[in-house]
Amino acid sequence: MRVKLRIKRFDGEGDREPYWAEYEVEAEPTDRLLDALHAVKWYQDGTLSFRRSCAHGVCGSDAMLINGRNRLACKVLVKDLGERITVEPLRGYPVIKDLVVDQTAFFQKYESVKPYLSPEGEPPARERLQTPEQRERFDDTTKCILCAACTTSCPSFWSNPDYVGPAAIVNAHRFLFDSRDAATAERLAGLNGTDGVWRCRTVFNCVEACPRGIDITRAIGEVKKALLLGRT
Amino acid sequence: MPASYHQFEAVIVGAGGAGLMAALNLQGRDVAVLSKLHPVRSHTGAAQGGIGAALGNMEEDHWEWHMFDTVKGSDYLADQDAVEILAREAIETVLELEHRGLPFSRTPDGKIAQRPFGGHTREYGKAAVRRACYAADRTGHMILQTLYQQCIRNQVKFFNEYLVLELLVEGGRVAGVVALSVADGSLHVFHAKAVLFATGGCGRIYQITSNAHALTGDGMAVAWRAGVPLEDMEFFQFHPTGIYKMGILITEGARGEGGKLFNGRGERFMEKYAPTLLDLAPRDIISRAIYRELRQGHGIEGKWYVHLDLRHLGRAVIETKLPDITDFVRTYLGIDPVEAPIPVQPTAHYAMGGIPTDVWGRVVFDEKNKVLPGFYAAGECACVSVHGANRLGTNSLVDILVFGRRAGRDMARFVAENDFPPLPRQPEESALRWLSRLREGGNGGAARRVSVGELRDTLQGEMMDKASVFRDGKLLTEVGEKLQELKERYQEATIQDRGRVFNTDLVEAIELGFLLDVAHTVAVGALTRQESRGAHSREDFPQRDDKNWLKHSLAYRTPSGGIELKYKPVTITRFQPQERKY
Repeated sequence: MRVKLRIKRFDGEGDREPYWAEYEVEAEPTDRLLDALHAVKWYQDGTLSFRRSCAHGVCGSDAMLINGRNRLACKVLVKDLGERITVEPLRGYPVIKDLVVDQTAFFQKYESVKPYLSPEGEPPARERLQTPEQRERFDDTTKCILCAACTTSCPSFWSNPDYVGPAAIVNAHRFLFDSRDAATAERLAGLNGTDGVWRCRTVFNCVEACPRGIDITRAIGEVKKALLLGRT
Repeated sequence: MPASYHQFEAVIVGAGGAGLMAALNLQGRDVAVLSKLHPVRSHTGAAQGGIGAALGNMEEDHWEWHMFDTVKGSDYLADQDAVEILAREAIETVLELEHRGLPFSRTPDGKIAQRPFGGHTREYGKAAVRRACYAADRTGHMILQTLYQQCIRNQVKFFNEYLVLELLVEGGRVAGVVALSVADGSLHVFHAKAVLFATGGCGRIYQITSNAHALTGDGMAVAWRAGVPLEDMEFFQFHPTGIYKMGILITEGARGEGGKLFNGRGERFMEKYAPTLLDLAPRDIISRAIYRELRQGHGIEGKWYVHLDLRHLGRAVIETKLPDITDFVRTYLGIDPVEAPIPVQPTAHYAMGGIPTDVWGRVVFDEKNKVLPGFYAAGECACVSVHGANRLGTNSLVDILVFGRRAGRDMARFVAENDFPPLPRQPEESALRWLSRLREGGNGGAARRVSVGELRDTLQGEMMDKASVFRDGKLLTEVGEKLQELKERYQEATIQDRGRVFNTDLVEAIELGFLLDVAHTVAVGALTRQESRGAHSREDFPQRDDKNWLKHSLAYRTPSGGIELKYKPVTITRFQPQERKY
């Protein structure tokens, strides 16, 4: 099928304002949008820049705004997007060039929740025990690939860039509800501030944007509840 | 723009499992990690099914059995001293990962869960054993996340989206690297006492591959250009179950959980090829079996794929133990593995060969294993060799962690004992020349300009058609000639993007140069090795030939850019070569 791509571009040097460029490519209906972007880059216009790597939805490189929704370009098929496809960079971070945004602030928020296991005491000789039920408790939030699709779809983040954002809360949840972790109080305190979980207005954009199917609003709700109770 | 200079005691290139593990073992030293991607985008994160370690959590198991399986799986080409280390240290490594926070799937009594995998056996081949420790089918994701999290905790310094261009060698010692910052196009010289390459594989030399776009053999090619040979490059693993046409990996764990392969006649064809282990035979054997079936016209409806059937496992097992591959099949094929079999074909997956190292990750560059001081390699870009002619499933994750850690520890020792070597004079000069040629185009003028995309397509198609699962002298000769021609045309390759900021046109052109060099070593190594062993299967030399070929190949760059092969012996300790049957 013939596909018309309308791509929001920005040079990144010089003083040209962002502009729209249109391309037409031939694509199989089952091609990924990433394949169509490659068809542009490799055979029409090598100056188009975007990030990508794994091409099957696990590395998180190619989140972008596709037909008005945040998705991974490698995890959405052309046939599901129609013959006219609009592609823009993620919202809320400075654009470096074309579809590439500066994610420094995104990863700073991630680091702010201390995303690493903080257990009590020295490790045992063998593994720490954890029942399948305890493991299941935080399974959903272990799936995060840090693609930033959720945070950059969130109106609370758009209006206040200091908001820690759904991705960081997801990763806090992953440790808060891990039975091996002992830094609950410290983690909760960090999320209780003015730019913490309370900025979430349960808009559910993040849930819709997540390419890994994480129930993000639910995870945020569980963190809020833990804050109210003072424990997980 | 002049280059920026940096100085670190140790520089690690690559931020997948091997690079991050090394960084964590260099604590207290002055270390920089360079990655051409953000670290969490590294391809370790795509590993699915598990990491092998004889924990014995499900049933009796021993590291000696793991060692034997690895040696036999390698078709006796692996160095057994290194395999012994791999199998022994796998156990403490998996436990360390758990202690660092990795959320493994669990047994009912709370231990790390384990499942069967291809070629993993009890009592030296008697029956399958549950050895693969897993976190659903996203084990690699969990490993990458856990290690990156630990690096945050330990405040490791990263230079993200830096592409390595050259290795600096001065006075017989490695002195650093030259790298390109993709974000702004600036050039950087990293002066170091020790450099580790942990840059991953080169699967993008093939058309159908499970490998990420980023896997372009960067470290291998850069080392080779600096005079280091590449070892055993003719051995490239094709994973039997890639999604038809796309190559996306469907984990061996799917067969570990009980998935079965069927041809177009509804036959469970592995009964013919591996009567004991069936669908859990090692990957080289199953990939060849699938190719044989396909060539006989036994594909599904005559097409170039067979079926992987999971339906009998039931929805609960499929969705809880194999959630990611279920998602891939639903997304990319529009079918539900709970209700329909999955169309699969072999997909280029893993380079057994690479930069030769000893068991401490130290790069060795001659037939006598002489060390190049200060240079280290680990992970898929390296060849210790623990995989020999064919890697067993899960051993790539064991390899990156065990030898990434060893490399980190030995680098810590090395940088404590040594001063900085001098830098070469004008270390960035040749990289500058090279980049400016790519930006400005070749000497042939506009009429002869060739596109990077077109050259890469030709390369990948040639390698797929003529140097993949089955090989023969005639086709390999053709590939060799074609590669020579492509390398010449590459000299005229040009790019459209002349900008400095995030110029991925330039990055891809550089990567194509790496791919061409690496593919050339694969093709020449494969043509020269006149036997069939592991993943290297020559139809004109169908037998393994221990008398002449029980040896590692070393592919050196000649001054004119060609390839010269030398050989070194295989280390055999416990297990004498036997016929390989499953």
